[in-house]
Amino acid sequence: MQREMTGAEMVLQALRDNGVEHVFGYPGGAVLPIYDELIQQDAIQHILVRHEQGAGHAAEGYARSTGKAGIALVTSGPGATNMVTALTDAMLDSIPMVCITGQVPTNLVGSDAFQECDTVGITRPCTKHNWLVKDVDDLPRILHEAFYVAQSGRPGPVVVDIPKDVQFATGTYESPQANPSNHKSYRPQLKGDMTAIRAAVELMSKAKRPVFYTGGGVINSGASASQLLRELVDQTGFPITSTLMGLGAYPASGEQWLGMLGMHGTYEANMAMHDCDLMICIGARFDDRITGRLDAFSPGSTKIHVDIDPSSINKIVHVDLPIVGDVAHVLEDMVRIWRASSFRSQPELKEWQTQIARWRARDCLSYRHSDDIIMPQYALQRLNAAIKGRKDVYISTEVGQHQMWAAQYLSFESPNHWLTSGGFGTMGYGLPAAIGAQVAHPDGLCINVAGDASILMNIQEMSTAVQHGLAPKTFILNNSYMGMVRQWQQLLHGNRLSHSYTESLPDFVKLAEAYGGKGIRVTRPGELDDAIQEMIETPGPVLFDCCVAQLTNCFPMIPSGKAHNEMLLPDEATDEAVANAIDTAGKSLV
Amino acid sequence: MNAQKTDALSAYFLAETSDVLETHTLSIIVDNEPGVLARVIGLYSGRGYNIDSLSVSETEHEKHVSRVTIVTTGTPQIIEQIRHQLDRLVPVHLVRDLTVAARNSNQEKPLERELALIKVRGEGDKRLEALRLSEAFRATVIDATINHFVFEITGRTNKIDQFIEILTPLGLVEVSRTGVAALSRGSQGLKNLQDEI
Repeated sequence: MQREMTGAEMVLQALRDNGVEHVFGYPGGAVLPIYDELIQQDAIQHILVRHEQGAGHAAEGYARSTGKAGIALVTSGPGATNMVTALTDAMLDSIPMVCITGQVPTNLVGSDAFQECDTVGITRPCTKHNWLVKDVDDLPRILHEAFYVAQSGRPGPVVVDIPKDVQFATGTYESPQANPSNHKSYRPQLKGDMTAIRAAVELMSKAKRPVFYTGGGVINSGASASQLLRELVDQTGFPITSTLMGLGAYPASGEQWLGMLGMHGTYEANMAMHDCDLMICIGARFDDRITGRLDAFSPGSTKIHVDIDPSSINKIVHVDLPIVGDVAHVLEDMVRIWRASSFRSQPELKEWQTQIARWRARDCLSYRHSDDIIMPQYALQRLNAAIKGRKDVYISTEVGQHQMWAAQYLSFESPNHWLTSGGFGTMGYGLPAAIGAQVAHPDGLCINVAGDASILMNIQEMSTAVQHGLAPKTFILNNSYMGMVRQWQQLLHGNRLSHSYTESLPDFVKLAEAYGGKGIRVTRPGELDDAIQEMIETPGPVLFDCCVAQLTNCFPMIPSGKAHNEMLLPDEATDEAVANAIDTAGKSLV
Repeated sequence: MNAQKTDALSAYFLAETSDVLETHTLSIIVDNEPGVLARVIGLYSGRGYNIDSLSVSETEHEKHVSRVTIVTTGTPQIIEQIRHQLDRLVPVHLVRDLTVAARNSNQEKPLERELALIKVRGEGDKRLEALRLSEAFRATVIDATINHFVFEITGRTNKIDQFIEILTPLGLVEVSRTGVAALSRGSQGLKNLQDEI
């Protein structure tokens, strides 16, 4: 299609042509022409947030729960800078997001005009790519390219910065190319090298103590990747663990599931990583929260690494067999070759499973229950029981202890149902992300597991939820502390709790009511089940103030500077052990 | 990047080799669009890599394609990272490590040249000595008065360093250098170079 239209009309047309149904945004002077087009059409629904950062995280939650790009629309200057945290968050977690920012008119760019900032300069390091559009005739091509770049290869956020005069100017609109993968310079490699894949399958057939270590790349690769992963695990019978970002790719109820690995991962997962003879890393990136002490990381294993991004390979850990390609493509080949060659796993795998069962028997997630005080772990176990079996539940989190407990105690059965800020650790992510997921799944149950500190970072989005008839439930594990900060102060700084206690928290029940939502407060374990049921059945947004034991620490834990086999388990975490968990060298590694 | 499978235990301990610093010359073909150099440089500063020398100019005007030549120092792992990180930038068409490509063809180094303009002020014997040296180094005089010369010299970086050092006591005023431009030896173009380690 070729048609004359204004830049602002082009934006809407390009969004429609790229399959967009929802935009999260906040208007302002430099995007008014686009907002003027928005109100004159029905195909695309706009969700008005209360802070631009909220628009960014909502777009991320939307993207993570659908696999499609999330769209944010904000104005120039402060609108754009408020997006920076969300863009960086999406960059670190490889979330596809297209952010359109308004800019001052081209003749004013560089003059320190009102609400001007160098948006492409500021967002260059925190986007996969960005564009400043100087000519309206370039706009359609750039918008289509933006969608292609955001969603292909290793996904990520992109920014298209559009000066106001370009939005007003008239030019020729062209539809997206039939084959966007003909990009002149950006062509991600999807198929893995067959020689390497064959070598990998052969290594797998010879492994005696193998482990799959999977990550967010499996989820980004689409539903078929998770399906193929399950097939491969079933066929090989190998145990599997996952990073925080990869939860749900393999079901928590699956026979081979070890639980999450890493700093707050399970004992069995970390011990399996340490003692394995073959590590098959799929779509994960050896983050420092995963590896622990690098020079003691899985010392005896041969390592295979499947990743679509060549720069992930050998970045942190040297691998023996790298395979660059899309997870689904590579897994498809692996499953096919395993089947065709009628490979069998080694008989020693049984001994390995027995060893893993011994580790599992340590029951590393146990904790001391109380009948008087709600233990945060218990609260999440009750929440998990209440949502068990439902396929329409989307869990988001903020960042901190509650996030780790949610990862440990909630069971994720399918991909795209777990929305959390992994790489960047952004407090304030959870509520807007739940809103984004709720927009994409209006009939779903979207629960934001939060802490009392981080929920306050984007609490204003309650107002967004009420305005748009969305019903995210925020389940606050309220201990009046920045729990993870307090835990680290206890571990590292002689329990001097410098500014990690929130002295005057708001009354979350009244706060919910003030926004037009519902507030529920629970202080006793016996009240939990009924209250959780009430939360789930409430049609609108809820702030659930779950008052939990204040000084609970999150275990198990690999203290900083320690290896996978030096975990601190809850039954060993005496005050003395906690105080001495991290040595001087580890303190600098935090 | 799909390297050969190795049987040995993995060399997972990065610190083991981190003391060995190497200097490599990278050629990068990019779209000549606004901000592309900022992307390249920002990547270096943001990730803590070193730039020893950088030169850039549009080399194919019809296609608006530029060639960036960067001389960089780091451990082999870091240099491999730099290559892949550069390749990840959307407007980057091609990255090749000319140093590795040269090694793979049993050559010591790729062809590397730099141009420098050097201003020297002096009279009498010093002036004569400067002129005599410029002839020895095959530099040309491109500007002169009775008390100064501007020399133009082309050559390998160490030749220019040496020339400047020798001129310093003879009244060196200032120097402008282009940074290294480099090509591989032999008939192959950049695209066909084998630079896998």
